[in-house]
Amino acid sequence: MNHILVAEGVSKKFGSHTALSNISLEIPKNCIYGLLGPNGAGKTTLIRIINQITHPDTGGVYFDGKPLAPEHIASIGYLPEERGLYKSMKVGEQALYLAQLKGLSKVEAKKRLKYWFERLEIDGWWNKKVQELSKGMAQKIQFIVTVLHQPKLLIFDEPFSGFDPINANKIKDEILNLKAQGTSIIFSTHRMESVEELCEYIALLNHSEKILDGKLSDIKKAYKNNVFSVGIQLDGDPNGLLRTFDEFQPSNDVYNAEEKQLSFEVKLPSEGTSNFLGKLAERGRINHFEENVPSANDIFIQTVNQRNGHG
Amino acid sequence: MAMGKLKLIIKREYLAKVRNKSFIIMTFLSPILMVGMIVLIAYLAKVNDSEQRVITILNEGEYFQDTFKNTASLSFIQLRDLTLEQARDTTLAMEYYGLLHIPPEEKLETAAGNAFLYTKDSPVSYVLDRLESTFQSKLRQQRLQDLGVSTAEFEHIEQDFEIRTQTFEGEKSVKGITEIRAFIGGGFGYLIMMFIIIYGGFVMRSVIEEKTSRIIEVIISSVKPFQLMLGKIIGTSLAGVTQFAIWIFSASLLLVIAMLLMDIDLSALNAGPAMGGMATLPTEPVNEMQPYINEMMKIPWMLLIVSFIIYFVLGYLIYSSIYAAIGAAVDNETDTQQFIFPIILPLMLAIYVGFFSVFSNPHGPIAVGFSLFPLTSPIVMLMRLPSGIGEGGVPWWQLLTSIFLLIVTFIGIVWLAAKIYRVGILMYGKKPTYRELLKWLKY
Repeated sequence: MNHILVAEGVSKKFGSHTALSNISLEIPKNCIYGLLGPNGAGKTTLIRIINQITHPDTGGVYFDGKPLAPEHIASIGYLPEERGLYKSMKVGEQALYLAQLKGLSKVEAKKRLKYWFERLEIDGWWNKKVQELSKGMAQKIQFIVTVLHQPKLLIFDEPFSGFDPINANKIKDEILNLKAQGTSIIFSTHRMESVEELCEYIALLNHSEKILDGKLSDIKKAYKNNVFSVGIQLDGDPNGLLRTFDEFQPSNDVYNAEEKQLSFEVKLPSEGTSNFLGKLAERGRINHFEENVPSANDIFIQTVNQRNGHG
Repeated sequence: MAMGKLKLIIKREYLAKVRNKSFIIMTFLSPILMVGMIVLIAYLAKVNDSEQRVITILNEGEYFQDTFKNTASLSFIQLRDLTLEQARDTTLAMEYYGLLHIPPEEKLETAAGNAFLYTKDSPVSYVLDRLESTFQSKLRQQRLQDLGVSTAEFEHIEQDFEIRTQTFEGEKSVKGITEIRAFIGGGFGYLIMMFIIIYGGFVMRSVIEEKTSRIIEVIISSVKPFQLMLGKIIGTSLAGVTQFAIWIFSASLLLVIAMLLMDIDLSALNAGPAMGGMATLPTEPVNEMQPYINEMMKIPWMLLIVSFIIYFVLGYLIYSSIYAAIGAAVDNETDTQQFIFPIILPLMLAIYVGFFSVFSNPHGPIAVGFSLFPLTSPIVMLMRLPSGIGEGGVPWWQLLTSIFLLIVTFIGIVWLAAKIYRVGILMYGKKPTYRELLKWLKY
């Protein structure tokens, strides 16, 4: 099997409110899978179904090829968006408790905790109470508890909220490191910009429906519309130049008269760019030429708008 | 594995509770406060009892000589050869309680009629009662003698009379046994109510804490919500049993120590200050106590204890799972008020019905009804059971029906509560209404 998780036609209703309607997903092994969508799109409900906290009304979920069952809980690590710790309990004791609930023995849990506490440089905290910790400190402990039992599938719901940039980077490195060790990771967020550098696959959810999924690079390719940004230093009249390229629909032009620098965007034919570039090179010195690749956010907005336009 | 997790949860909940500072303080302070109060009451009763009032008697006539006998609470001093004026001054100077003046009269009747009691303030009633009854008895004797009754005959007339009672089975019945039985049952019922209110509240607060600290979702991604709820209820109740055990043990220990140190006779508590005037109460011969002991032996202790355990466990589980569901439904403790009252209501009702109806008529229709109704039966049935089972006591069918209904209710309520709990723990920022809770049942 090359999929760690497969969802087939999963639907879930809460009373009259539809949280998920007919969601099908395939999450490949050993990748970082972005589950994207605005708040209220149904991400958390889907994640809770994967964690067997709630159960779908219809549809099936398969973990590593088998129907999802209670024994899979030990193979999944989940960092929920709404997360916290017992305030009056000591850090070490609490981490041990949570690890044992995931099925680790006390001895094994202690050994691994020691490793992780040293790795994240928090090994003085074992006997501190959680209420003495800062929010970021508590988040580190939560991260450790999530990954401690070495699950096959890790689910992070907004993992970077509550971290300062330095520690957010540290956690990001740890996530990449876990992936390198073979773990499959679901990464749920409504902040699209954090997705680009981490996820290989994404699924977009909106209003309880999946509107798009697949490999991020493929999606981007599909959403490219052959628009290029151009920058040129020229001697002549910028308007004249733009008029010459009317067939390429120049837009968003900005001219800096002092430096004689013109920037604009053009839509080029999909066959090639040499025709345009040849003509452009005659008019001055090209210092910038780049294809506009849509961001996940652009794609999301575009898709949602398309849907709304159709519907 | 599932059992192992449940054990882990129970252990954590138990330790979290017994390590809690206010819990520890309550555990050790309560017996001290309780014993302190008992000792104080006993001490005050003793002080009150030991106060001996002294009455001086200026008896200028021939009657009522040697009539007034000293007792523990009231003693008499005969004044002689003094005028009333001098006697009054003496009594005041010596700070005695009062002066009884009996003038010289030819007839007993007039002597008594003209007798006067002088006191500083209005006399307390038991002093008056004592004096009046002494006069009364002497007068009655005199009047009867006037009619030709001899002293010996008089004593015969005056003999105390007590009606002898017997049950239809021919056993000697004794007064007060119904009350004793009722209080034993009432004690068990009261214990259940207190336990439910105190530890049910703990369960609820613990659920709220898990919600507000946002740890709940982390935990239920590892265990089932029902396991967490059950573990919490069991762990908290074990902490409660521990606390009760410490209370009972340390309170009895402290009580014994206090009694030894302060030399307080606890029987003074039972007698109370009101008994002061009847200090000459004849001690009951041993054979008078025998029926009480017989009756106590006849209380079906085994049945009572087994039923107590059944009713306690089921009743506590029913109520505490409701408490857990409430805790799950709300975001903070102030929102719990509207839900708590309906829970406490049947408990209060059970206690009141118990004390006002079951004690006087343990097998009447009200007592039977409330001992079958599952939300009140743990308390009311235990109040009825000391009168025995089967003939003359609670019919077997009632006990079995009551337990059966309780078990059915237990399953139903725990199932409902678990559903509300499962949905509620993941709901934030919603102020729940009963309608909302009803909707959750369908999720």
